[in-house]
Amino acid sequence: MIVYENVTKKYGDVTVVDNLSLTIDDGEFLVLIGPSGCGKTTTLKMLNRLIKYDEGNIYIDDSNIKEINPVELRRNIGYVIQQIGLFPNMTIEQNISVVPSLLKWSKEKQHKRVRELLEIADLSYEENAHKYPRELSGGQQQRIGVLRAIAAGPPVVLMDEPFGALDPITRDILQDELKALNKKLHKTIIFVTHDMGEAVKMADRIVFMNEGKVLQAASPEEMLENPAHPMISRFMGKLSYSRSGNDLICADVMRLKVLTVPETKKTLECIELMKQREIDSVIVVDKNNKYKGRANIEDIMEHGKPGEPIIKMVKLDTPSVMVNTNAKDAFDHLIATNIDYLAVLNRDKTVAGIITKTSMTKSLASVVWGDDNDYND
Amino acid sequence: MTSFLDKYGDMLLKASLVHLQYVLTSVGIAFVIALIVGILLSRAPNISRAVIPLLGIFQTIPGLIFIGVLFIYLGIKPITVLVALTIYAIFPILKNTYTGIIGVDPSLKEAAKGCGMSDMQILFKVELPMAMNPIISGLRMATIYTVSWAVLAAMIGLGGLGEFVYRGIETNNQVLIIGGAIPSAIIALGLGYLIDYVHKKITPRGLQGGA
Ligand SMILES: Nc1ncnc2c1ncn2[C@@H]1O[C@H](COP(=O)(O)OP(=O)(O)OP(=O)(O)O)[C@@H](O)[C@H]1O
Ligand SMILES: [Mg+2]
Repeated sequence: MIVYENVTKKYGDVTVVDNLSLTIDDGEFLVLIGPSGCGKTTTLKMLNRLIKYDEGNIYIDDSNIKEINPVELRRNIGYVIQQIGLFPNMTIEQNISVVPSLLKWSKEKQHKRVRELLEIADLSYEENAHKYPRELSGGQQQRIGVLRAIAAGPPVVLMDEPFGALDPITRDILQDELKALNKKLHKTIIFVTHDMGEAVKMADRIVFMNEGKVLQAASPEEMLENPAHPMISRFMGKLSYSRSGNDLICADVMRLKVLTVPETKKTLECIELMKQREIDSVIVVDKNNKYKGRANIEDIMEHGKPGEPIIKMVKLDTPSVMVNTNAKDAFDHLIATNIDYLAVLNRDKTVAGIITKTSMTKSLASVVWGDDNDYND
Repeated sequence: MTSFLDKYGDMLLKASLVHLQYVLTSVGIAFVIALIVGILLSRAPNISRAVIPLLGIFQTIPGLIFIGVLFIYLGIKPITVLVALTIYAIFPILKNTYTGIIGVDPSLKEAAKGCGMSDMQILFKVELPMAMNPIISGLRMATIYTVSWAVLAAMIGLGGLGEFVYRGIETNNQVLIIGGAIPSAIIALGLGYLIDYVHKKITPRGLQGGA
């Protein structure tokens, strides 16, 4: 159990964490959210003593962290930063075993642990352990960042916007993986984010901060239903739109950032792109950016020849929806066809976005919190 | 050419060895000092921002004057030359060590600290490896400069390839001047090449190619 007891942090005259009291249970997935500068990172870093606090106390399992040697303390708390922070001069194996090696585990034990962890993250040991960080994609690097944090089996893991820099699809995947991992390993996770969608998806409990104070600490459902402060409603507004659940259209729930490739792009380049983004299909457009269809990795692998333009691999009847299609119809379609996403097209057939299953989660959230009419993202 | 070698070959070899000795000893000592001081300075950037430009000014004192002054205090001994060369070789290495360490991405230092590395471990496992490129290029620069500065040793009669150069100037003998210049160019290139080779060998793949 982690207890923040009347903790205050000041920089000069400015109080950035203000008399904070918070109790976090073992195994809890706690998400800290709030506007930029509200003290989320500071709250996180005071726990592993990267930042000193001025008043109050923090306890982990009844011991005051001031009485624990900071280096020892940090070896027992996993830490994932937004910039990932893998050491470029070390291999993936060395990066993952940083903390075990600081803890003087035997070489065999470290090695075994690395294999085990890569397996958990669905990364092959043979292919990845001896690579260097820059030889991996952003998503893979961030996975390794998480593995490094949990390598020595710390009961507590701190994560500061770990998925902020990733593209939406990779981000989705990693969120799911982390959630699953947490269920399996039963760790206490304190997770910082800006993104209410992410918070709702991941959290057991959300702590909403503003100006160094907790505005509300509640389960996602509770916060969605009874936001304690207009500012929280505004944050939730990002999840909700100006319509009630039934007349949401695709434009309301789609993801905007999508990867499209021109039809003339060569198959091998497309495979490379997909590899980098860790996705298994691309959306193909013509030279006027009009939607042609999508190409799957399986089809490219089976029928593609190097040097051929990607358009030859495109299934021309790939389903798509229009921006003004009713979102519910799009979801039904998504479920019926069991594909991972649908392209959403503007009236001129250019690609506006995609609809994934996560878009559904978000729209469900907005049904619950559907009456904030003046906020549009 | 052959007659030149017949006449001066032995002397040239001996002078080259003396020259090389001066260079290796002074650069070796300078490297250790520069590394230590550079690391210490990197722990106190506020002081360093003032100290390093001062050291830089010192660097611009012409070698001749400096050797002259040292000569007055230390006399005509090889140590005079070594001290002078060492002092000159320190600066490029020190400056690069300092800027290299200061330039390590703060998020890496934070990650290292967050993993529970002690300050020493952060230095040896993260900061120094990440600063290796600038440190070694400082070393390379210092080595190559020192090869030409060591020519000054002959000025106070302490041998090295400078002897040929000075004697050539005195007697207006171009062959002698070139006879001293070519081996020192070869030494400079050779040492530069050796450093590049070692550098490449010890740089992990993850840091190669401009990273
Ligand atoms: N070293 C520092 N010196 C002075 N002020 C600081 C320092 N570090 C942080 N602050 C201030 O403390 C406040 C809280 O910072 P913190 O990093 O905890 O915010 P945050 O909630 O994590 O914000 P963001 O979402 O932008 O990451 C900010 O107003 C910031 O400007
Ligand atoms: Mg922050």
